[in-house]
Amino acid sequence: MQYIQPLWPAYPEIFLLAMACVILIADLFVSDEHRGITYMLSQLALAGCAVVTWMTAAYMSTGEAVHTFSGMFVGDVMSDVLKLITYFGVMAILVYSRDYISVRGMFRGEFFALVLFATLGMMVMISANHLLTLYLGLELLSLSLYAMVALQRDSATATEAAMKYFVLGALASGMLLYGMSMIYGATGSLEITRIASVIADDGAKNLVLVFGLVFLLAGIGFKLGAVPFHMWLPDVYHGAPTAVTLFIGSVPKLAAFAFLIRLLVQGLGTEEIQAHWQQMLAVMAVLSLIVGNITAIAQTNLKRMLAYSTISHMGFLLIGIIAGGLNGYASSMFYVVVYVLTNLGTFGMIMLLSRNGFEADHLADYKGLNQRSPWLAFLMLLLMFSMAGVPPTLGFYAKFSVLQAIVEAGHVWLAVIAVVFSLIGAFYYLRIVKLMYFDEPEDSAPILPRTDARMLMSVNGLAILVFGVFPQPLMTLCASSILASL
Amino acid sequence: MYSLPLLSLAIWTPIVFGVLVLATGSDRNAPLARIIALVGAVLGLLVTLPIYAGFSPAMSGFQYVQNVEWIDAFNARYYLGIDGISLLLLLLNSFTTVVVVLAGWEIIQKRVAQYMASFLILSGLMNGVFCALDALLFYVFFEATLIPMFLIIGIWGGPNRVYASIKFFLYTLFGSLLSLVALIYLYFASGNSFSLLDFYNTPLTMGAQVFIFFAFFMAFAVKVPMWPVHTWLPDAHVEAPTGGSVVLAAIMLKLGGYGFLRLSLPIVPDASHALAGFMIFLSLVAVVYIGLVALVQTDMKKLIAYSSISHMGFVTLGLFIFNTQGIEGAVLQMVSHGFISGAMFLCVGVLYDRMHTRTIGDYGGVVNTMPVFAAFFMLFAMANAGLPGTSGFVGEFTVILGAMQANFWYAFAAATTLIFGAAYTLWMYKRVIFGVVANSHVADLKDINLREFLVLGLLAVAVLFMGVWPDPFAELMHTSVSDLLSHVMHKKLPVQ
Repeated sequence: MQYIQPLWPAYPEIFLLAMACVILIADLFVSDEHRGITYMLSQLALAGCAVVTWMTAAYMSTGEAVHTFSGMFVGDVMSDVLKLITYFGVMAILVYSRDYISVRGMFRGEFFALVLFATLGMMVMISANHLLTLYLGLELLSLSLYAMVALQRDSATATEAAMKYFVLGALASGMLLYGMSMIYGATGSLEITRIASVIADDGAKNLVLVFGLVFLLAGIGFKLGAVPFHMWLPDVYHGAPTAVTLFIGSVPKLAAFAFLIRLLVQGLGTEEIQAHWQQMLAVMAVLSLIVGNITAIAQTNLKRMLAYSTISHMGFLLIGIIAGGLNGYASSMFYVVVYVLTNLGTFGMIMLLSRNGFEADHLADYKGLNQRSPWLAFLMLLLMFSMAGVPPTLGFYAKFSVLQAIVEAGHVWLAVIAVVFSLIGAFYYLRIVKLMYFDEPEDSAPILPRTDARMLMSVNGLAILVFGVFPQPLMTLCASSILASL
Repeated sequence: MYSLPLLSLAIWTPIVFGVLVLATGSDRNAPLARIIALVGAVLGLLVTLPIYAGFSPAMSGFQYVQNVEWIDAFNARYYLGIDGISLLLLLLNSFTTVVVVLAGWEIIQKRVAQYMASFLILSGLMNGVFCALDALLFYVFFEATLIPMFLIIGIWGGPNRVYASIKFFLYTLFGSLLSLVALIYLYFASGNSFSLLDFYNTPLTMGAQVFIFFAFFMAFAVKVPMWPVHTWLPDAHVEAPTGGSVVLAAIMLKLGGYGFLRLSLPIVPDASHALAGFMIFLSLVAVVYIGLVALVQTDMKKLIAYSSISHMGFVTLGLFIFNTQGIEGAVLQMVSHGFISGAMFLCVGVLYDRMHTRTIGDYGGVVNTMPVFAAFFMLFAMANAGLPGTSGFVGEFTVILGAMQANFWYAFAAATTLIFGAAYTLWMYKRVIFGVVANSHVADLKDINLREFLVLGLLAVAVLFMGVWPDPFAELMHTSVSDLLSHVMHKKLPVQ
């Protein structure tokens, strides 16, 4: 081991931390009418992060994983790719939310600081090679999110959602820590690569390890929102301000995916242990598909419906992980990237249609959207068909690659279950299309989103279609980053 | 050899024009939208002419092949090619698109651009289904057709359109999702390829073949539709606008028949043979029982919808008796049914536009006020009943001939349609057209205008031409059908 380890894998994190502190202080000197400066600075910080990540990846990396901070932190292709997608996701979130949060009195420095710290937490999670680093990143993310949910101080539902999120989140963190301590007891290490080598040398006490695994999976299941650890999700999605729901419902899933890969695949990936967690994940995946898709049908609130749809999407994500192997993990990563892209658009649309005192989160608010704004209705149509997995939208290929991986792994029954429940899922996405296109509008207020949000929405929606016709580049990206990290 | 990718042009010309039509935006620009749509539809038809001209019917295998990289990760390729069977359906589809654009010309006043664009995009996607030689590409086109049709039924349909459109979508999606699992299975069985031609040569055990057969069956039987999974069709037809019904009956149902002959028969020949009795039984039930159901309908569109199911029974019957007449008859029946059912729905549309009712009881004595229309309707009704000299006779007769070679009783049961078909079609015709003028609304009817005359005239020419001289149609596909039969007769069970 070298004495002086290269620090560059952590440059983006260091940069963002510095910028977050700068923004926090700079914001003190910005008056309310110039709050746009904080907004621009945050966007610049994220863009800067993208540049730093790009530069380190292009000039320093050899494509091999590089460890730093005594092996607690890792930089590899997967982390670079996931981080880049995270930055762009967060930048898009800020563009979509700008109007929404300013009319609701949340366009303040705290919001941006919390967003940046949450982003930092995700980055640390993505690059963690040590259970404590992983935990640190997760808590930084979660604590920022708790605060963001409660940011609308005078909203009772938001406060309730924040309480629920915090209490259940703390419980899940506790389980996770307990599980980690078991793993430590069984292997004598907290470093993921070391854990893997100890298990590979058969030096681990299996019973303790599996016991710890159960707690770990419970914690992960909570963070992902997989059944039976999903109870917080609908309430938080529903109660939180839409800008925050957008945040919770999109980019953190990238970090959660990295969490799964680092912990289960890189750390506990030997065949014997794999068989254990595959079984547990299979139960969670099937339950998520069932509960998510069936419960979503009964919802009248779009945010709540999307919460249940998220649960079912997490079921699909887990199926990819269960399939295992390069194809399985790559399909899972592709799925989560597609999920983030689609969800950004969908929640972004809710915010584009909302205005002061009107949330646009009821299904009925979408009636006749085609007559009020054909272009936005068309984009929403693409997003909904992508969620349902109907070609030629991107969502189809995401589902297809997961199904292909699971059939290849020999679990045809899981593929059949997934197919049957995605058919049920198609119904409630279809209902939105029905409302937008077949019904007469009840609301005639003009839809006047900011130009930048409108442009971004167009790009976002069309990306769903264009990548749907040419999915090759995105799939190659996912496959190559998984290949480099296994 | 061929410099222009003609098949791609046939697929993408209507789609590009569809997008252009969409770009005209609101109904203020409706006249412009109509003109662009017509130009797109006519260009789409013109593109298929050089394909027809350059096609060599004697050549075995696929022509105009275009094979480029698409998705490496799945080894899926943008792989197009046609044989005589696909060429016929390609021509039928492009022709129907022109008819449909004309038929909706002034009837549709609400969201014209979206209406025209949906049909053009749908037409391009269906051309894609007929040209695809890559299973994933086939699936993508096959599924994507659901979206425009869903919107067509749901936006411009009748009072119960929402129920009908969602039923249509979920029914067909369920069928095709199962076939997706089968395609993934075949991908691994054929050594990581999605090429249909590789699937044709993949040995499969009987168990796997039966599983794949039923997965495909779910997708294509729902589309055809075969009894007992036909229940979405009457709903969809009744609620769809006239143009939607025309495309649904003339082309979309053919996707199912085409799927059977392009995928089921050659990929799983042994299971197809083993289950042929089952398929023939279902086909005959459709022919006979649905024919009887059609007899008691009081709604004209519903009657024609049931008659469609009954006629499509001939297609599946012809395919699963495995002889040249049977398969050629099935393809001829598909083309002829495309003309006739399209024309029948247009005729009902003509009446509906004037009277806003489809109930047979509301009509009577239309011939007194609309003599020209009555003549056209007569021709199409006769064709629907299978009168010799019309295209309806050619397909049905050929299938019956083929069935006779297989089993006398198949032919006997199928031939009853000549009676039932005549009964329900002509009885409806009599009640609607003949007799004394039933009420003041009928008395006020105006005969068809020039546009309607043109549309119905085009179809009348097609029906008569094919009825009198079917050879040009049959000649195109002799080689392709014998290719298909050689695949079907070739055992694919792995050597023990």
